[in-house]
Amino acid sequence: MKYSEKLMELYSNPKNVGSLDEKDKNVGTSVVGAPSCGDVIKLQIKVDDEGKIADAKFKTFGCGAAIASSALITDWVQGKTLDEAKKIKNQDVAEYLSLPPVKAHCSVLAEEAIEKAIENYLSKKGEEICKK
Amino acid sequence: MNIYMDYQATTPCDKRVVDEMLPYFTEKFGNPHSGHGMGLEANDAVDDSRRKIADLVKANDPREVIFTSGATESNNLAIRGAVHYYKSERKKIITSTIEHKCVLETCRSLQSEGYQVVFAPVLSNGIVDMDFLKKEIDDNTILVSIMSVNNEIGTIQPIKEISKLCREHGVLFHTDAAQAVGTIEVDAGDVDLMSVSGHKIYGPKGVGALYVRIKPRIRLTPLFFGGGQERGIRSGTLPVPLCVGLGKACEIAKNEMVQESRRLTDMKNYFIDKILSRLEKVYLNGDRERRIPGCLNFSFEGVEGESVMLGMPEVCISSGSACTSASLEPSYVLKAISIREDLAHCSLRIGLGRFTTFEEVEYVSDKIIETVTRLRNMSPLW
Repeated sequence: MKYSEKLMELYSNPKNVGSLDEKDKNVGTSVVGAPSCGDVIKLQIKVDDEGKIADAKFKTFGCGAAIASSALITDWVQGKTLDEAKKIKNQDVAEYLSLPPVKAHCSVLAEEAIEKAIENYLSKKGEEICKK
Repeated sequence: MNIYMDYQATTPCDKRVVDEMLPYFTEKFGNPHSGHGMGLEANDAVDDSRRKIADLVKANDPREVIFTSGATESNNLAIRGAVHYYKSERKKIITSTIEHKCVLETCRSLQSEGYQVVFAPVLSNGIVDMDFLKKEIDDNTILVSIMSVNNEIGTIQPIKEISKLCREHGVLFHTDAAQAVGTIEVDAGDVDLMSVSGHKIYGPKGVGALYVRIKPRIRLTPLFFGGGQERGIRSGTLPVPLCVGLGKACEIAKNEMVQESRRLTDMKNYFIDKILSRLEKVYLNGDRERRIPGCLNFSFEGVEGESVMLGMPEVCISSGSACTSASLEPSYVLKAISIREDLAHCSLRIGLGRFTTFEEVEYVSDKIIETVTRLRNMSPLW
């Protein structure tokens, strides 16, 4: 598969690889995709007191496009509020990386990962408020 | 710099083959079907090549070798041609689930014409299930088509055993030997029809052959019609340079097979042992012993195949992962040997061949170990 230079750079030197403490109440975690489909993204965000994403990490099993999409989206959400982060769309990722059409699902998966991580964070927060 | 380790996809033309072909493009350009001197010269060259191919596949008579455009045509011609010719007698075809697409698709098209097609499963080691074949073969079966060597996992099928079974039931036996001829000993005496490819054995692309038994005579309905060349089985002016190239490729393969096989076996064993000892959770797909020496197929748990290939762009190998196929489906061959679904995506095929050096084996195996380790560190499944 012929990939763009931007994609190859993100695949070769991906930033934000790693994990955050899943038990931390300020951390939202998502795992999307399935091993049997050849793509799994685990994505985590850490939200600071001002409601901004202070850190985002990922681990990805998948092709070059999946790895690059995860690296890109974890980079883009840094410093953003949750509402701003939700506005990042898979088309933006696909366009930036010049993804071939057959790889569009990788950017869809990355978007889904961010959404689910935010949901996870918010549901943790919700539980916390209920307990109070 | 490219390191080529994809010898099951194609091989470079051997320079000796090219040298042999060249005069037939220019000064010896005659039509082998012409009656004059230049025609006869071209015809002699074609017959000489036919003899070399016959020698390699152990055919009794060079006339049993029919030139085609490649293994895809040979397989189409063998299966469709035999089934259509003998259709009034029998209606069933047996093949396996791991055949090349050109065999599977030919069988499927015959299925839509109303023939019964049975796809025999393979065991987890990539060898066809003989018990299943024994149960399925019957008096209604026209043809069994089982490949000699699988192109993805390199497993060698029990051709002699299948041959015996077919003979007991008076069933025609075709084998797609594209990956076997020139690599391991093949014997036309075991089969009625055998497909040969040029570009898998250091010959040119665009030429192949079909062995069609003369005694007892196997008849085929041609795929297309014309001047009645090649015993009326395959019309069309023969591409003399390509025929000469295929003949030369067969001659070289025959002379060098024993030595080459030993060299490749040593490299293969070194490669397998090194990978399995340096990395955990790596699986060799297909039987370790019953495989051709040049074909390795591994699954590296936790990393997707294409991402490994991307990490070493100078290395030319292939993957059974969905991401490398246009259909986004993982390899049907790996599915057929029932490996875990995720492991099909984690597979790499490494093909060693005539121009592979030990230094290259060392380099590529190091590179794989390094890349797999790097990618496992960023995998949520590891």
